[in-house]
Amino acid sequence: MSAPHNAADPALGIAFQEIEKRYGDLFALRRVSLSIRPGEMVALVGANGSGKSTLLRVAAGLVRPSSGRIEFGTRSIAEGPYGSLALRRRIAMVGHSIMLYDALTAEENLSLFGQLHDLSGLPALIRDGLAAAGLAQRSSSLVRTFSRGMRQRLAIARALLSAPGLLLLDEPTTGLDVQGIAWFTDTLRRLRRGGCTIVMSTHGPSEALRLATRAVRLEAGRVAADSAKGAELTSMLDFQEN
Amino acid sequence: MNLARGARIILAKELRTEFRARELLSTTIVFVLLVIVLFSFTFDPTSAESRRFGPGLLWLAFLFAGSLMLQPSFLREQSNDTLASLRMAPIEPFAIFLGKIAANLFFMLLAELFLLPVFAVLYNVSIVPVFGSLTLVLFLGTLGVATVGTVLSAISVHARMRELMLPLLLLPALTPVLVASAEVTAGLMAQPPVLNTEGLLLLVIFDVVFLTAAWLVAEYLLEE
Repeated sequence: MSAPHNAADPALGIAFQEIEKRYGDLFALRRVSLSIRPGEMVALVGANGSGKSTLLRVAAGLVRPSSGRIEFGTRSIAEGPYGSLALRRRIAMVGHSIMLYDALTAEENLSLFGQLHDLSGLPALIRDGLAAAGLAQRSSSLVRTFSRGMRQRLAIARALLSAPGLLLLDEPTTGLDVQGIAWFTDTLRRLRRGGCTIVMSTHGPSEALRLATRAVRLEAGRVAADSAKGAELTSMLDFQEN
Repeated sequence: MNLARGARIILAKELRTEFRARELLSTTIVFVLLVIVLFSFTFDPTSAESRRFGPGLLWLAFLFAGSLMLQPSFLREQSNDTLASLRMAPIEPFAIFLGKIAANLFFMLLAELFLLPVFAVLYNVSIVPVFGSLTLVLFLGTLGVATVGTVLSAISVHARMRELMLPLLLLPALTPVLVASAEVTAGLMAQPPVLNTEGLLLLVIFDVVFLTAAWLVAEYLLEE
C-alpha cells in the first residue's frame, strides 16, 4: 500500500500566540504559545482533558479561541482560518470521529470532499486514495458496513485527498489493526519526506510517534514541556507510551 | 469555489442520502396525510367551511411537517462529526446552509405536491384552475419554512432537549409565513378565486430577509 500520489501542497507552518479557550468557567487552553515550523512533525502528548483535541480543533478553525492569535505561514489572523478559503484548502484533519457519511459509499465520501476542495483529476485521486488505504475492493460499499479500522483508514484517506500542507491528527490510529498501523506509519513517513507539517496527538503506536521531530506535552491546557532534542524527546514520547 | 457550486455539492449530498434512506420523506408524508385526514373526519366541513378554514389547516399541517422534517437537517451531521469536515472545506459557510435549505425546500415541496390532491378531495375544494398561483404560494411559503427551519435546526442542534427546541422556536418564528400563506391560499380557493398580492409580497419579503440574515450569520451559526 502506498500514499496517494497527488502533488503535496507546500508545507504550512502554524504559530499559536497566547491562545486561550474557555467554556464558561472551564479553561480548555491557557495562554498556549507554540510555533510549529513548516515540515515539522509534532507529537502532542498529555493526559485526557489536557487540551490536545481543543488545540487541534482551534488550529483547524473548528473552535474559535476566546483570546490570542494564530499565524499560518506569514498570515496572521486573530481567530483561526475561518474567513480564509485559501487557508482551509491547505489544512486537513483526522479527528476523534471519522467525519464521513455512513449513508454514502467510500467512493462517494471521497468524491464529496474532493468536489468541495475543487480537486482536479478527482477520479484518479479517489482510486489511488482507496487503493492506498486498502479499500479499493470496497469502494462501492456504504461506510456504515465498514469495520472500525476500515472507517479509520477511509478517514485518513479523506484527509490526505487534498494533499494538505498542514495535517492535524487527533489520535489517528484509533481502531487500526497492525496492518493499518503499518500503512499509517508508512504514510506519515512519506508525508514527512514530502515536507508536510504534521501535528499529531496520539497514545500510540510507538512507530508513528517515533517519526515525530518534536514533542509538546500539555497539562491542564498549558504547555508543560516542549522538546525537539534527542534524549528529552525520547523521554517524553516514552512517557506518553507508558 | 463560488457559493452556487458549493451549495450544489451539498444539495446533491443531501438528496443522495435522503433518497437512499427514504426515511424522512415517507415519514413526513404519512404524518401530514394523517393530520389532513383526521381534521377532515373530526370537523366534517362543508364546502364553504373548507374554503374558509381548509387553507389554515393545510398550512398548519405543512408547518408541523416542516418541524418534523427539518429537525435532522443538522442533527445527522453530528453522529460522525461530518459538519466539521464541511466547515473545514474551502467553501462559504452559507453554501452549507443554501444546500440544505434547497434540499429541505425540495423535500417539503415534494410532500406538499403529493398531499395537495388528497386535501382537495377530502375538503372538496377545486385546485386545478388555480394550480399555477397555488404552486407559487407553496414555493414562497415553503421557502420561508425551509430557511428559518434550517437555520433553527443549526441553532438547536447544540441545545439540550433539542427535539423540543426546534418546534418551540420554529412555530412562533413562522407565524407571519403561516398567516400570509393561509390568507393567499384562502383567496385562491374562494369563489371566485382572488390572488392576494399583498400576502405574496409579504412572503417574498420574509424569504429575502431571512435568507439574507442566514447569509450574514452563517459562519457563527456553524460554530461549536
